[in-house]
Amino acid sequence: MKWIINFLFSSIGKKIIMSLTGLFLISFLPVHLLGNFQLMAGDGGEAFNTYAYFMTNNPLIKFTSYGLYFFILLHAVQGIMIAIKNKSAKGSNYKVSTYKNKTWASNNMAFLGILIFAFLCIHMGDFWFKMKFTSQIAMIDTYPGYEGIGVKDLYTRVAAAFSQLWIVIVYLIGLLALGFHLVHGFSSAFQTLGLNHKKYTPLIKGLGYAYSVLIPLGFAIIPIWMYFK
Amino acid sequence: MKLNLKIWRQKNSNDKGHYEAHSVEATGDMSFLEMMDVLNEQLINDKKEPVAFEHDCREGICGSCNMVINGQPHGPQSGTTTCQLHMRHFKDGDDIVIEPARAAAFPVIKDLVVDRSSFDDIIQAGGYISVNTGQAPDGNSIPIEKDMAMQAFDAATCIGCGACVAACPNGSAMLFTSAKVAHLGLLPQGKVEHTRRVQSMVATMDKEGFGMCSNIGACEAECPKGISIENIAMLNRSYIASVFGGQK
Repeated sequence: MKWIINFLFSSIGKKIIMSLTGLFLISFLPVHLLGNFQLMAGDGGEAFNTYAYFMTNNPLIKFTSYGLYFFILLHAVQGIMIAIKNKSAKGSNYKVSTYKNKTWASNNMAFLGILIFAFLCIHMGDFWFKMKFTSQIAMIDTYPGYEGIGVKDLYTRVAAAFSQLWIVIVYLIGLLALGFHLVHGFSSAFQTLGLNHKKYTPLIKGLGYAYSVLIPLGFAIIPIWMYFK
Repeated sequence: MKLNLKIWRQKNSNDKGHYEAHSVEATGDMSFLEMMDVLNEQLINDKKEPVAFEHDCREGICGSCNMVINGQPHGPQSGTTTCQLHMRHFKDGDDIVIEPARAAAFPVIKDLVVDRSSFDDIIQAGGYISVNTGQAPDGNSIPIEKDMAMQAFDAATCIGCGACVAACPNGSAMLFTSAKVAHLGLLPQGKVEHTRRVQSMVATMDKEGFGMCSNIGACEAECPKGISIENIAMLNRSYIASVFGGQK
């Protein structure tokens, strides 16, 4: 078993953990976004609330969600540790720095990551925590097919949050940070796994740019739409 | 042309170091190192300590002369070492800041000279192929595909100057190590020890205190020999294969 410990604690092993957890989180975002689009269904929240009920009660999804929480934490903690190690490996900095080929995002991944994590804490504290651990969210048991079961009215809570301008702005900042994090992270994850080839790397880079613009944009439309509704 | 230099002066590895201002009269056909020679003559005439900097071949092939000029290893001209950089790329009255390569694994010995023996340790860990010496083998006895040979040769152009480490915000030696692994591992003679080499060079690289690769790409932009980060991907690939495959 020594070999696997050696691998996980080697410099390349640590980066591979970042890459794999990052790709898992990347695969989660479109699922989350598609679910969220139901907020704009215009049915008073029925589609979204019953979807949220399914997501919190289906055993397979429950299991996956614990994996998701674990991978978010692993990605965050590992990322911070790598950033600290890299900073100390550089030592002092230059008086002038005119680096080429260095995008702002690629050099500020840890900072962007901390912004995203802070955003996640606000986001989950406001919706997920209130839904799971408090009784602040009302029950509705009149949806057809869910009579007598009691579906939490998360839609009303979301609508209340997004009627406040400052919350909408916090979300837009969080999504902007996510976009920049993804611009570098998406293609970087493949490079770390050793997938760099003249044939498909331009495709990965193109997909990465499209993904990191479209996904945060999709998420951003929802609070803006709900604020002006 | 008159140039205003700001040079890093540091007596030894324990000294804190500081910047020192000097002005030098240079001509466009001088190389950067010749300009430094003029400065040192000037300092010696003034009975001051000359600036210590490393140089050897002055032909762009030995890799000794890496220094950071205005924030760029080997200066502003891409694909060029400091010794091959000519003063015609600067203008009269320019301010030039000259610093040593900075990385925790490259401690400053004096002024612009850094200790790059961590690179030697990485090479000693696997930057070779074990062959019995004897008569030179016939050139065509081992067939090598042309494209493969060219790719290996591109990696082999690495002169080990440390510009990649100097440019990297993480002080990572991944470009250097990957160039050596690619150069040897792509050829049939080097394939034999590839797995062992990858394991041991990466372990040594980590031990020497280099940082991790964030795929930023500053290294390949500053490399005087244009080594590509495709080599880093190959190293990552080989490392994964060496861990999950191999005999041991």
